[in-house]
Amino acid sequence: MSDRAKLDAIDRALIVATQGGLPLVARPYQLIGEQIGIAGEEVRRRLQAMLDSGIIRRIGAVPNHYAIGWTANGMTVWDVPDARVNDLGARVGSLPFVTHCYRRPRALPAWPYNLFAMVHGTSRDEVREKAVVIAELLGEDCQGSDVLFSTRILKKTGLRI
Amino acid sequence: MPEIDAVDRQIIDKLQGDFPLCDEPYAAAAAQLGISGDELLTRLQRLLDAKVLTRFGPMVQIERMGGAFVLAALQVPEARYDEVTALVNALPQVAHNYRREHTLNMWFVLATETPQGIADAIATIERDTGLPVFAFPKEREYFVEMKLAARV
Repeated sequence: MSDRAKLDAIDRALIVATQGGLPLVARPYQLIGEQIGIAGEEVRRRLQAMLDSGIIRRIGAVPNHYAIGWTANGMTVWDVPDARVNDLGARVGSLPFVTHCYRRPRALPAWPYNLFAMVHGTSRDEVREKAVVIAELLGEDCQGSDVLFSTRILKKTGLRI
Repeated sequence: MPEIDAVDRQIIDKLQGDFPLCDEPYAAAAAQLGISGDELLTRLQRLLDAKVLTRFGPMVQIERMGGAFVLAALQVPEARYDEVTALVNALPQVAHNYRREHTLNMWFVLATETPQGIADAIATIERDTGLPVFAFPKEREYFVEMKLAARV
């Protein structure tokens, strides 16, 4: 795919050096540069380039959602007609409370759902109310649905290459 | 739940993106919050130690560098849940893992530098656990914006 940037060895080293987090020192880019053998200014230039190309989505705080009050996390899943899923997915994804929305393959017979929308709330009732809004949007195109609440974070380290 | 105050909340809400790319970025970000760079560093360390933040740094979209992210699930017998959790979490390719209420009761995200890495990770998990992995690669992304304000 044309938008996929080829990563050079220095960019890769930069990702490896920062994937666990930025150093908590006054001049973190300078320190990373010393660790991988380039100038701090070059670290900053390359991070900016990777932000521009989308290799880095953003730089900042990654909260534990439970700890900041979003204690109910529901993966809502929907069985909608394949011919309608792109149109419906775009509309569900634009709801203000949906944080991720994807089309995924079914795994029949156990798993009939092809549209996934992640919904967070401070209570399960709040998530269920939001799921009702999605159901109303889908209307007769909804052939089946479920909400899978998470009960525990088993791991959340993020990417490690 | 760990205690967080109004300044912590500001840090969580304002610093989920756009962290400055200048020589002293903590001082620059802190100035916008009305605190010193040293105080921001102290608070970030405390929020990380208390696991209010899981990380502070770049979020990498590995697909843009030729890699892959795949959501996958297992149906784990209750009696084996802890054992299987340890086996799955031991793989560095497992970026996150959640217990969910369903017969498919373990849902994890695999992140690898190459598409082949996903197949290898799945094969490893199936071999180590003896359980079939249900893979749900995304076929299309309609929306992703994981920024949630503090609600405590």
